[in-house]
Amino acid sequence: MPTTKTYKTPFLVLALSLIAFFFLNISLGSVHIPPKDIFNSLIGGVLENKSWQYIIHDYRLPKAITAIIVGSGLGISGLLMQTLFRNPLAGPFVLGITSGASLGVALVIMGTSAIGGVFASMLISKWSFVLAASLGSFLVLLTVLIVSSRVRDTMAILIIGLMFGSITAAVVSVLSYFSSAEELQQYIFWGFGSLGNLQWDELKIFVAIYCIGIVFSIASIKALNTLLLGENYAKSLGLDIKRSRLIIIISTSLLAGTITAFAGPIAFIGLAIPHITRQVFHTSNHKVLLPAVFLFGAIIMLVCDSIAQLPNTDYTLPINAITSLIGAPVVVWLLVRKKKMVF
Amino acid sequence: MKEENRHITLETKKLYIGYVSKKNETIVSSNINLELHEGELIGLVGANGIGKSTLLRTLTRVQQPLSGSISIHSKILDAYSPLDLAKALSLVLTETVASKNLSVFELVALGRQPYTNWVGNLSETDIDIVNTALRQTNIHELKHKKCYELSDGQLQKVMIARALAQDTSIIVLDEPTTHLDMYHKAYILKLLQKLAKETNKTILFSSHEIDLAIQLCDKLIVMTKDGIVTDSPKSLIQQGAFNSLFPKDLIIFDEVTGSFRVNK
Repeated sequence: MPTTKTYKTPFLVLALSLIAFFFLNISLGSVHIPPKDIFNSLIGGVLENKSWQYIIHDYRLPKAITAIIVGSGLGISGLLMQTLFRNPLAGPFVLGITSGASLGVALVIMGTSAIGGVFASMLISKWSFVLAASLGSFLVLLTVLIVSSRVRDTMAILIIGLMFGSITAAVVSVLSYFSSAEELQQYIFWGFGSLGNLQWDELKIFVAIYCIGIVFSIASIKALNTLLLGENYAKSLGLDIKRSRLIIIISTSLLAGTITAFAGPIAFIGLAIPHITRQVFHTSNHKVLLPAVFLFGAIIMLVCDSIAQLPNTDYTLPINAITSLIGAPVVVWLLVRKKKMVF
Repeated sequence: MKEENRHITLETKKLYIGYVSKKNETIVSSNINLELHEGELIGLVGANGIGKSTLLRTLTRVQQPLSGSISIHSKILDAYSPLDLAKALSLVLTETVASKNLSVFELVALGRQPYTNWVGNLSETDIDIVNTALRQTNIHELKHKKCYELSDGQLQKVMIARALAQDTSIIVLDEPTTHLDMYHKAYILKLLQKLAKETNKTILFSSHEIDLAIQLCDKLIVMTKDGIVTDSPKSLIQQGAFNSLFPKDLIIFDEVTGSFRVNK
């Protein structure tokens, strides 16, 4: 029975690798901590070495959790975009959703000085980042969707996404021309992407918003599968297209928007993860793809972060550079090998 | 003819179809009175641009009629909820599916969407119905293939199987034989004839294969500029309904062979 094919083995392997890479990610860093102590600390024990305890509990653990959220969230939002836009090259970065979020953040960091210095310091907080980024990504996604309902050509939609990227870049240039060096630096560092900047109380909010996005995406599984037939067939199967589309968009902008706000614009994960998953699972069924993309996204992000840490050195590379270095060749390789990307 | 005893599945009364734009009303065809019965294969023929697609779109509620009524199982079409309509009427469109990465089984199983739960789990009954649809269309051995591996003819059979799996009393197909070679054109229409008989469904399709439709259909709907005629192929030939289908300067209808030939 093809439908009762449960993919038990790959799921088990992925789940175990996720746990393994989670531990590996926490074990690696500029300070060497013995694995035994790390394990002890994670299961709730108290280490004698207080600074180790602090490093694990307040830096490495939140960072690893952030990596899991970022990887899985971007992967899932890419998966939803590819199905919604019927386009294998769609993803939060390509469609300009990340650019929209960046613009929101740029306006908060650099635009506030244009409004007036008094409010500037009050406005620049993580929360204004989150709000601005989510709003920015939602608006861009909505615009792309409105345009795509008029333009049937899928290639045109991608080009429109790229144009949004250009517009964002231009607005950011104008803003940076008028902003101070500190503001500029703050924006550039945000643009590098970072998984390690989150405190526990921020992480709680991050997880909460992420969970809402995930719930919406799970609620869309059936609609997404129906949309694989195309909108006209989906309509003939009794699907409420407008409602399903709205839920999918809300889910994507919540995921991509908050992730961009908290961790910076992270490229290629959203585009590459769903394709890597399809290589392994050979299916378009979202009931299988959604959890699989979650696992793959989380694992690959943990790996990227472990590499970015440059273990046993004092340096940390920008995470955005690592994901691009890994993600871009993967997409090129998939295009060359498969000739035609399917979704 | 014992047609009167058979259940009427789709009926139109004084139906006017066309387009409304701002203040203009374009009537494509007027005063259409149709009665389609269960177990019937009905062909819709007519020249390009005569309004076959408009009629099919109106009958399947993709667009609204200008006036008149359409009813399915004696219930007005507009009274159906989207989900109830999906359980009464299924479609085979000219467009291809968005994702060719679907396997044949997965694609046909999507026909069960109106009946499955919120996450789309297939029950034993659903799987049985899908397998029956695959067997009825002779594609059971293809069920593990991906759609991008299929020929146009095979893909069309898959789309018909999907419509069967939707388990509706009416199936509407928009030009199911385009892009197919002569063998597959005949094969698909013959398959539709068999399905109408076996499953007692009403199968309505539009086509340019008039000679094949004459041979296989129980009933033909002929659309011309002068209006719409509906009858059995035999009596339509006797009435000379096909003579006015196309301008006579190029092709003429041969009543003896039941086909068109070029006027030399």
